[in-house]
Amino acid sequence: MSYEEKGTWVFLVVAITGYGVYLALVLPQLAAGTAIDDVDYAGPMLWTIGGAIVAAIIGRIVLEIVSPSETRSPDVRDREIDRLGDRVGNSFVVIGALAALALAMLQVHWFWIANAVYLCFVLSAVLLSITKLVAYRKGVPTW
Amino acid sequence: MVKPTRVTNDIRSLRFRHGEMTQADLAKRLGVTRQTVIAIEQGRYSPSLEMAFQIARVFGVPLDDVFQYPDPNSDQQGAAS
Repeated sequence: MSYEEKGTWVFLVVAITGYGVYLALVLPQLAAGTAIDDVDYAGPMLWTIGGAIVAAIIGRIVLEIVSPSETRSPDVRDREIDRLGDRVGNSFVVIGALAALALAMLQVHWFWIANAVYLCFVLSAVLLSITKLVAYRKGVPTW
Repeated sequence: MVKPTRVTNDIRSLRFRHGEMTQADLAKRLGVTRQTVIAIEQGRYSPSLEMAFQIARVFGVPLDDVFQYPDPNSDQQGAAS
């Protein structure tokens, strides 16, 4: 497995775990009937985003120690797969922005606006990672 | 969806005919990762035209000796017969 593919696996695991931790912190508050105004979501959101960045860096370092790559510089195939993944991932960033726009216009509580954006960030990260991993394993599509 | 390439290649046999060149050696000469050489050999990645020429140059053979592309007409004829 190449250095870039390993990095993609780390990114995928961290994105899912980070969002899972966030949900584990916020959903119990909603389930307990806490009013939306009183739900503590900003802190967990910022901490899980920051934590995911740190975890991705640490995860990549640990993986390299456990299973060192032959080379760490991406080649032409890595860059091609990276572009393909970004194209898929960016679509969800746009969907998140449009969702936030629509929710703001409908004057929905900012809790839902922030969560819609966060969810789309996570979906973007997950989908781009899966796209890249499929390309690494099954082949780069030729259109 | 992922569409497999129709391009086939003889890189594996060419490597063996050139002093049992390893995938790592070829990757080093092409400036790519070993995983990319494996992907090309297995038909999971179509290299750029430039890299295709570089591969042919490594083995000192024409491009056609490394890569083949089936004629779609011959496929139809084969299916009809």
